[in-house]
Amino acid sequence: MAQTGVIGTVSGLRPRITVNTIRITTIVVLLVLWEVLAAVGRSGLLYKDVVPSSIQIGLAIIHEIFDPAFYHHLGITLAEHVVGFTIGSTIAVTVGIAMGANPFFRKMIEPYLNGIGSTPKIIFLPILFLLFGTGIESKMAKGALSAFFPVVFSTTLGMMLISPVLLRVGQTFSLTRRQMVSKIYMPSMVNPIITGLRLGMAIAVIGILVAEIKFSNGGLGYRIAEYYDQFAIASMYALIIIIFALAAAANVAMTVLQDRLNIKQGGSATRNAGLGAST
Amino acid sequence: MNRKVKKILTSPTLAGLAALALFAGVLEIAVATDVIPQLIVARPSDTFMAFPELQKEMHLFGAFWETLGMCAAATGLALLIGIPFGYLMYRDDLIGRAYEGWLAAAFAAPTVLLYPLFLVMFGRSHMTLILMGFIPGAIPIAIQCRQGLLGVSPTLLNVGRSFNVTEREMFWKIQLPAAVPTIFTGIRIGVMYTLVNIVAIEYLIDFGGLGRIVSEMYFRFDSPGTYASILAVVAVSVLFYWCFGRVERWLRPV
Repeated sequence: MAQTGVIGTVSGLRPRITVNTIRITTIVVLLVLWEVLAAVGRSGLLYKDVVPSSIQIGLAIIHEIFDPAFYHHLGITLAEHVVGFTIGSTIAVTVGIAMGANPFFRKMIEPYLNGIGSTPKIIFLPILFLLFGTGIESKMAKGALSAFFPVVFSTTLGMMLISPVLLRVGQTFSLTRRQMVSKIYMPSMVNPIITGLRLGMAIAVIGILVAEIKFSNGGLGYRIAEYYDQFAIASMYALIIIIFALAAAANVAMTVLQDRLNIKQGGSATRNAGLGAST
Repeated sequence: MNRKVKKILTSPTLAGLAALALFAGVLEIAVATDVIPQLIVARPSDTFMAFPELQKEMHLFGAFWETLGMCAAATGLALLIGIPFGYLMYRDDLIGRAYEGWLAAAFAAPTVLLYPLFLVMFGRSHMTLILMGFIPGAIPIAIQCRQGLLGVSPTLLNVGRSFNVTEREMFWKIQLPAAVPTIFTGIRIGVMYTLVNIVAIEYLIDFGGLGRIVSEMYFRFDSPGTYASILAVVAVSVLFYWCFGRVERWLRPV
């Protein structure tokens, strides 16, 4: 934050405002608005406890962090995510490489992938429940399905953007298909694949949590649904805040990894602006 | 003629359709011979036969318009708030730098989990659906609006200045047209996430249009109905993005 700018003062009359000042003011204003809403709720204008005070939510966060049951459910969600994401992204990278290497195959299946890729994946949950049951297997399958599409699209794009010079070099050295993948394709596609993996990871988490909310007996999504059913609203908000924090931390970690790989390859960092920003 | 026929016969589109037909045929036989239980996978022929029933019982077209209406309302709201906010972030660099990172982080967060918040406030209502569609829709629109305006070529701005255009003319005649492609990228992403969130919430809370139908069909253990309603959602998504792509091409200056 060292380089956060300071607004130019107008003849020295305007106070010095920094990015941090705006952010802190925003947080304070939001907290005050929330407290006003909570007070309105307590007065009977809203359902009781629908808007708990920020202190109640803060206490619920602390309680959640020290509750062993939270880690049990976190473990379930993590396991579903790791397995689902690994399976989905592995298949996606393989299909993406095949699509990028074979234009006929790409043109053959691309319209279908685009069609399903643009569809809300949650809609396939009933099929996954029918195929894999309502246990953790269906959540893993949902994670794999959610992760598949961003990874396959970015891998295909990465393959198509590989310099033809590199491909010709590989052909000149008579590399086998496996060597082409390991020596030419993969090193050239690190950045698009990591971008796809970052997106896939975030989307897989969402997919798994939503699947857990709909039908499950474990996981963080299930815990949210449980709190909602018990009308433990403060605990529910606390858990949502913790999940948001975990998702943000994972996103930052992936962006840092991507930046490091980028810098290693002589590219530029991704954290400059736009939807890829992570701060 | 022969070359033309050969070209069509060896086209990837035809090969894709043939592969799809082959898959449907194999599935039909596998389900008919009980290799795959009918309760788990519906026969493709049964799935297609379920469409008229779905329309008669569940008012498929009505649900389609309902989901589309929710998406349109949420997108309209996202545009109304996202574009002015994006412009504000562009005009005031400090505000832009203060909020853009937050917005990007919020975009990557599972905002769909916020639905209980609106559910306890507004109940199972259209307002909940619209607000849940609005949140992921407005964020990319605001961010891309700022990025689009920041990315306008200095040459264009200098041309404007050399013609002594007013600030208003500079915005409407130079900055906005130059930023439209980037803003449209944001709108396209926003529309996509709006549709995803609305259908997801419809499915989760059994309320609204197409998402509710899928959920209801599953609860009835009506496999052909479930598969048919899922196909309907896929068709709607494809149609929705195709229409949006046409509008985008029509509106884009370049």
